Order: sequence, then structure tokens, then C-alpha cells
Amino acid sequence: MGAIPLVCGGGFVVLLLAIVGAVIALYNRLIVLRNRVDNAWSQIDVQLRRRYDLIPNLVETVKGYAKHERETFEKVTQARNMAINAGTVAEQGAAENMLTGALKSLFAVAEAYPELKANTNFMQLQEELTGTESKIAYARQFYNDSVMSYNTGIQSFPANLLAGMFGFTAREYFEIELAEAREAPQVSF
Amino acid sequence: MYEQISSNKIKSVLLVMFFAAFVVAVGAVFSYVFEWGYVGTAAAFVLVVVMSFTSYWYSDRIVLSMSGARPVDKATEPDVVNLVEGVAIAAGLPVPKTYIIDDPAPNAFATGRNPEHAAIAITTGLRDKLGRYELEGVIAHEMAHVKNYDTLVQTLAAVMAGTVVLLSDWMVRSFWWGGGRRRRGGQGGGQVGALLMVVGLVMLVLAPLFASIIQMAISRKREFLADANGAFLTRNPPMLASALRKIAADKNQLRRANKATESLYIYNPLKDIRNGRGLNALFNTHPPIEERVRRLEEM
Repeated sequence: MGAIPLVCGGGFVVLLLAIVGAVIALYNRLIVLRNRVDNAWSQIDVQLRRRYDLIPNLVETVKGYAKHERETFEKVTQARNMAINAGTVAEQGAAENMLTGALKSLFAVAEAYPELKANTNFMQLQEELTGTESKIAYARQFYNDSVMSYNTGIQSFPANLLAGMFGFTAREYFEIELAEAREAPQVSF
Repeated sequence: MYEQISSNKIKSVLLVMFFAAFVVAVGAVFSYVFEWGYVGTAAAFVLVVVMSFTSYWYSDRIVLSMSGARPVDKATEPDVVNLVEGVAIAAGLPVPKTYIIDDPAPNAFATGRNPEHAAIAITTGLRDKLGRYELEGVIAHEMAHVKNYDTLVQTLAAVMAGTVVLLSDWMVRSFWWGGGRRRRGGQGGGQVGALLMVVGLVMLVLAPLFASIIQMAISRKREFLADANGAFLTRNPPMLASALRKIAADKNQLRRANKATESLYIYNPLKDIRNGRGLNALFNTHPPIEERVRRLEEM
């Protein structure tokens, strides 16, 4: 019996505790990164809903001044409904692009009606919509940034050893460049 | 972009660590050479921490009232608030409170002890003279300051500089009023003792100067970092570069700026005094505008 086995035993315990501590820290870090990804995803949805909410008001305002532009209104309302009812991420991406195109046409139409352009309600809605488009883009960007941090986190050493054990899987990036969506929507009346 | 972000982050961390070591070294030398050294070092540190902590904790309120900023919201300034909200989403931060300063000089600052208590202020000059994406670039730079906890970093640097300055001040007084001749060990070692005294006196004069230089270096690195992070948020470095050029070219002088709030603005509001080369450049809170623009355009 001597001091050496005691010191070795103590050292071993310290090492073990350090490893356990490191594992806990790594695990918690991955949890934080993954939750950030989920939060970022729901943020995109929040901004998309905001866009859908603004549109009926906009259509009504424009109708008040330009009631004959029926095709444009129908295009917008149709695209909005498709986007709200979209099922998969791919469907939603395509519907969103159509909606953006339809809104562009609507604002182009509004250019021809100076009274409409001067209407404060219209100007407010226009600013809100432009702001929302920007926020949708930023929400997607932040989602992709979060996915990158998370994927890097679970692929780096030594976290990759844990990731498999605890069921952390890589997440997909949000890509809005879909083959169908790249073509401008052709609407014929 | 990524390289600039990590390089500036590393440099500022190294600077802060070096600064801490420097402060400890100064404290040690003074403790050895001067009579009230130990007590003095501890007291100076505590005093500076208490003062700085208060100004850090209430940084948003203090700075905002000093600069004459007024709060705005979606009803009063929809365009600006929309931009701030968008950039906050990109940064993954809660939306900071937005303020406007009525001044034709284009400038902006961010303050607050953490992202939950942050505030961003822009002047009416900035809002009116910049395009939408340029303004967004400036807001992104400020948001980057918030995300990087730069108020905390600047406070740490100020605490360390303040400790050194206060300590030197006290040591000068204690030396003047008769202390310092007695050293530990009673009789002293003659020549070695005298040499140490000289070293101590030289440090007395140079330490505050050196501390100030380090503090300014930290400030400049954080400005580069905020430029890089801000450009990363908008993915649009040319717009921030363009905004900086416009701000630098503007002839107006910001009315309510002074040395206390100087380092917080995106562009040095005391530019007439501080825009120097060579030795003067060591004491600039902000890097030269040409260098900032160059780095942004390289991204």
C-alpha cells in the first residue's frame, strides 16, 4: 500500500470526470444548435403567414381604384391560396415564387393609377410587403446559417462520435431554386 | 468574409488577453516598488469595476440620453423599423429598440448590455442621405456590434485601461507624498533597488499611455469585425462600403458627440481631431475609412 496507487486512482477519477464533463458540454451544444435550426424554420413560416395576411387588404385597396384589372387580382388570389395550401417544401417553394410574380404584376398595374399610388393605405401596404419579402429572405438565410452551424457541429471531431449515438442527424438546406419555379409563371386568359 | 470574421475575432481575443496580462504585470511591479502597491492595485481595480459595471449595466439609457436620441416605432418610422426587424431576423436576435437622433450628420451607434436590452440609433442625416440597401448595411454593422457583445468588450477594455490609469495616478501621489522610499526587506539592495525604482517610475509614466494604445487597438479590431459581420448578415459588402464612403465624405459635424460616446459610432464623430497618421493613428478609436472600404470590397 503506498501513495502511488492512490494518486493513480485519483488521477483516473479526475480524467473520467473530465471526459464525462466534455461529453455533457458537447451534447448540450448540439442541442442548442439543433433547437436554433427548428426555431429558424418556424421563423420562416411566421414571415410567410404575414405575407398571406397582408395580401387580401392589398387586393381590396387596388380594386377600389382599378376594378377592371380582374385577371391580375385573380392571379394574386389564386397564387396565395396555392401557397397557403401547399403540402411539401417543394410545393411551397414553387407556390411562393408564383405569388411573388403575381404581386409584381399587381404593383406594375398600380403604376398606371396615380390616385392609387398616392393612397396612404396602399403605400403602407406596399412598404409592408416589401419589408416582408426582405424578412422572408433573411429568415431563409438565417435558417441556412443555422443548418450550417449544426451540420458542422455534428460532423466535427469529436462530436461526430456522439452524434450517431444520440441520434443527431444532418438537416437539409432550404433551396428555393426548383426546376419548375425557375420558369416565369405563364398565365393565359 | 469568413476569414475576415475569424481573423478579427482571434486578434481581439488575443489583445484582451495580452491587456489582462499587462495589467497584472503593472500591478505586480507597482506592488513591489511602491509602498501601497498591493492595496493600491486591488482598490483601483475594485473602484474601476464598480464604476464601469454601473455604466455597462445601464449603457443603453446612459448613452441614449447623452446623444439626444428619441425612440421610434412602426407607426413613426416604418421604413427604418422594417429594416431593423429584417436584419434582426438575419442575425437571429430579438429586435433591438430603434432610436432616431435629429442631426444632419450621418451616423449610427448600437448599445446595450446584451442582445435582449440592445438599442440602435441612427441620425436623420443617415436616414435621408443613404439608399435603402446602404442604410441596411449600416444597421447590419450595428446589429453585429450587438451580436458580438461589443458593449461588454469595450467595457472590459475600459476597466483594464482605467485600472492602470488610476493606479499610476495613485502611485504618483503616494510617491510625491513621501512613500516609495521604503521597500520590502528594510534596507533595500542599493543599486538593484534604485534600478527598480527607475523602472517603476518609467512604468508610471508609460503604463497609462500603453494601456490607452491597447484599448484603442481593441476598439479598431472590433470595428473591423463589425464591418465583416455586418456585411455577412446582408451578404452585401459593396453597399456597406458605399455607405461608409458617403458618411466619410459628408461635411456635417455631429452635434452631441464627445469622447465618452466616440467609440460607439460607426464613423468617428470627432474626425477632425482624430484622423491622423503615424503615431496619431495609434489613438484612433476607428480604423481609417479607406482601409475599411478596401477590406469590404475584397470580400
